[in-house]
Order: sequence, then structure tokens, then C-alpha cells
Amino acid sequence: MKSGRLWSWIIFGLGAGYFLLPLLATFEFSLRIRREGYTFDAYTSVFSDGRFQASFSYSLIIGICAIIVGLLIVVPAAYYVRLRAPHLRPIIEFITLLPLIIPAIILVFGYIRMYNTSSPLPLLGTNVGTDILLTLAYVALALPYMYRAVDTGLRTIDVQTLTEAANILGANQATIIVQVIFPNIIVAVLSGAFLTLAIVIGEFTIASLLNRQVFGVYMQNVGANRAFEPAALAVISFVITWGAMGMIQLLARFAPKTARRD
Amino acid sequence: MTNVSSVADPSAGPVSTGPAVRVGGNPFRFISRLRLGDIIAIAPFIIFALLFLLIPTLGLVVGAFQDGSGNFTLQNIIDLGTPQILASFWISIRVSAASAILGAGIGLVIALAIIRGRLPQAIRSTVMTFSGVASNFAGIPLAFAFLATLGRLGLVTVLLKFVGFDLYKSGFNLLSFWGLTITYLYFQIPLMILIIAPAIDGLKKEWGEAAATLGATNGQFWRYIGLPVLWPNLLGTLSLLFANAFGAIATAYALTGSSLNIVPILLYAQIRGDVLHNPGLGAALALGMIVITAFANIIYLVIRTRAERWLK
Repeated sequence: MKSGRLWSWIIFGLGAGYFLLPLLATFEFSLRIRREGYTFDAYTSVFSDGRFQASFSYSLIIGICAIIVGLLIVVPAAYYVRLRAPHLRPIIEFITLLPLIIPAIILVFGYIRMYNTSSPLPLLGTNVGTDILLTLAYVALALPYMYRAVDTGLRTIDVQTLTEAANILGANQATIIVQVIFPNIIVAVLSGAFLTLAIVIGEFTIASLLNRQVFGVYMQNVGANRAFEPAALAVISFVITWGAMGMIQLLARFAPKTARRD
Repeated sequence: MTNVSSVADPSAGPVSTGPAVRVGGNPFRFISRLRLGDIIAIAPFIIFALLFLLIPTLGLVVGAFQDGSGNFTLQNIIDLGTPQILASFWISIRVSAASAILGAGIGLVIALAIIRGRLPQAIRSTVMTFSGVASNFAGIPLAFAFLATLGRLGLVTVLLKFVGFDLYKSGFNLLSFWGLTITYLYFQIPLMILIIAPAIDGLKKEWGEAAATLGATNGQFWRYIGLPVLWPNLLGTLSLLFANAFGAIATAYALTGSSLNIVPILLYAQIRGDVLHNPGLGAALALGMIVITAFANIIYLVIRTRAERWLK
């Protein structure tokens, strides 16, 4: 059985090689911008680019809006299904899985045909309308993860008892959701939020077809025109993804505290 | 993306029809018991799902069967049979299948190594965390990373040339079928690890001990117990990975521009500028994509339902 363990190490080593090599290579490449040696000039050039700042903050704002809208849609629905309509659960869960089944490019193609300027709801006719459509598209992309995060949070608390207790104390349904349920699932909600942010921040397909200058579209432009800056951008995106995932891991450590029931 | 694991969780999926049975004969009886608060709670979700998921997609399906003036036609579907479109479907299917099969196989081996290979616990948690990051590290930056690694000036290419091996003269090209497949593996393998890890955890230690007591070798354990138990999860995840790769566009677009004509890139160009010179054909192309990804997911659901039936 000693050899089995050796094989495990070999497999792990090969896997680690495949996954770490591109990261190393990208970092090395991003430092190669000057002939005389390694410098961080590619990063300086990216960070001082006005379009980087504009597109990144635009993506961040749309992402935060998508998280807020997503929560407003998902939390009441997940709460209602868990508390009063468990028989609707298969249908609701199937709907939340749809964005994994329907590719993003199909979704945005559908939007372009449905919300064009000659439609009853011409969201694409105005800038604000397009921003709203982009936000809602990101809500759709994040729906599977957001619903699951919230539902997992609800599973760890005693929704029934909390609701009854709040009812007896005279709270109405909105108060129950906002002041009782939401604070109890905040950790789960935050991990859903960070996941949404990680997905949205580099998204390209939808934004590009809606002609929005998001971070992903900016990256694509830089990739088509520059040599070393794209590598720097890849390193930056990896750090952002790592940060968002790290936050989720960190939050998971706090989760048992809210979940404890005596 | 740890939440993806619940996609493979039998208790979470749409096929778990258990609770619905409790309602009795009429599944719509709840309507009579609806209160205003309930409607307000569920309405935003339903309206959102209708306006931004279901109707736009159905609109495309209907559009695939309409000609320019809105009459029913099958011409768009027939027109999908042009060599250009068939070739793009073929390369898409090949890249998705190759990256799904390799991703599932390699992911399974790595997951087995870290979970059952008696490696330190710290390695397992590091791999799981890294998988969460890597499965989300897709799109444009992933293409940049592989250009910096295996592109003509990439680190690996340069190092290999340094030791006397010219990767590109040997026939490799990052902007090709294999280049794209290797790149896709960067998010396919971690996704597989994330989804299959809970299933491997479900293989009870006692089973291995019982098999060993009865004289089974390690190979026999996997042949007759391990793999049959994991099989539904493996096939299910395989179709999930296939759909995942089939719909992906950003990585391929940033990597190859439009030199590798996979279906999503063709559809992207069609939406952008009607390169096929027929708006209805775009909808038919979209329908083709929906059919293939839906088919992959239905396989997954059917396999899982059958697996559950056996477990009962």
C-alpha cells in the first residue's frame, strides 16, 4: 500500500504543475515589458489607464446592484417556499438552475430580440434601460448560486419557530424577513454576494453584446491591442477571484455561530 | 463555486418530487390558501423568471420557426445544414466532449488521490479552496494566462525551445482544437473535483474493509463497488461539464478571435453583424445550442433519477 501513497503524491504533483505553471508563467510574462529586465511597468500602465478605472468601477457598481436586486428577488421566494410551499420547491429549484442550462449568449440574444427599440418594453432604447437590463442579466447569471446560498442559510436556522415567535410578538411578514430571517442568514447571503461579484466582475459575453464598457470588455480590448498588459490584467483578475473566494472561506468559519440551535 | 456541488446533490435537484406528493390529488390547492403576503413574497421571483429567463428563451425557439414576416417555416432549421454551420457544431461538440471527458477523468483521479490517497488533510483543503477559485477563473483572463504560458512567446514554449524542443514546429498551436481543450481543462478539472468530492466521501470506509475481508483486491473493489456507486455521479457530471464547455465563449474568443469557429463564436458574430445574412438563422443556431445543452442536462437528470430509484 506504500506505492498507493506514492502515486497519490505523483498525481497531486502533476495536477499542481498544470494549475500553477500558467499562473507562474502569466506573472513572469507580465514583468517582461522592458527589455532591460523585470519591472512592474505593465501594472503601472494598467492602473493609470483611465479606461481601466472607468470599466472596473462600472462593473463593480453593476455587480453590487445585481447583488441587491438578486437578494430582493431570492430571499422572500426562498423563505416562502421553505415555510409555506415546500411542494413548489422542485419547480422553483428547476427555475434557479435554468441559467446553468441556458448559455449566457442565448440569454442575451433573447434579451436583444425581446427588449429592442420596437418592442413593448424598449429597455435597449436608452442608456439607463440598458444598464438595468445588464444588471438583470447578471441577476439571472448569479441566480443558481444566490438561491443555493440563501437556501443553505435558511436550512441551518429554524425558520418555522422564528416566524411563529415573531408572529406572536406582532411582527408582519416584511418585518419577519427583514429583521428576523435576514440577519440570521447574513453569512450565507454574503458568500452568495461574493460569488456573484466573482462571476460578474470579469463577464464578457452579455456586456459586450449589450455594448457596455465593463471590465471584461476592457480586458478583451487590451488583449487585442497590447502584449504584456493582458498578462498583468490576468494576474489582477486572479487576485480578485482569489479574494472573493477567500472571503467566502473566511465567512464559512463564522457560519456555525449563526447556525447553532440549542 | 462550492455551491455547484449541490447541483449533484440528489436532495437538492428538481427531480426530488417527494414533497409534492404530500399535497394529494390537486397540486394547485395551495392557490386557494394564498395570502397577500405570500403573493408579494413569490411574485418578484416569478415575474423575473418569466421576463428574463423563460420568455426570452422561448422567443428564440419560436423565432427559429419563423420567416422574415413571422410566418411558420422550417427553412431556418434546414439552413443549419450548411457546411460552415455543421463544421462549427462539430468542432464545438468535439472540444466540449474532449474537455468534459478529460476533465472528468483527471478530476476524478485527483479527487481520489487527495481524498483516499492518505495525503495530509492540509493538501485536501488547499486543493478544494484552489478548485473553487480556478473553476471561477474562466473567460478573458484565462485566455491571457494560457497565451503567456503556451503562446508563441509563452514561458513554457520559450523554456522548451531553450532545451532544444520547438513546440510550434512540432505541430502544436494554442489556437487550435487541442489548445482550446487544454485551456478549458483549467476550469473543467476543478469543477469536477468540487462536484465529485462529496460523492467520494460517500464511499464508506466499511465497504472497503468488507470487500478486503472477503478477499477482494483493490482493483476488484473499484471494479465492483467503487465505480458502480460513483457511476451516476460521473455520468451526470460529465454531461454538466459538456454543457459548461459548450456554452463558453469568452475564453475562446480572447484566445483565438474568430479563427476557431465554435458555435458560440459564430452566434456572437451573427448577433453582432448578421454574418449569416439571415436573422432567422441566428435563432435557429440558438435553438441548436439550447437543444444540445438541454439534452446534456436531461441525460444528467434521467441518470440521477434512475440512480435514486436503485438506492431506495
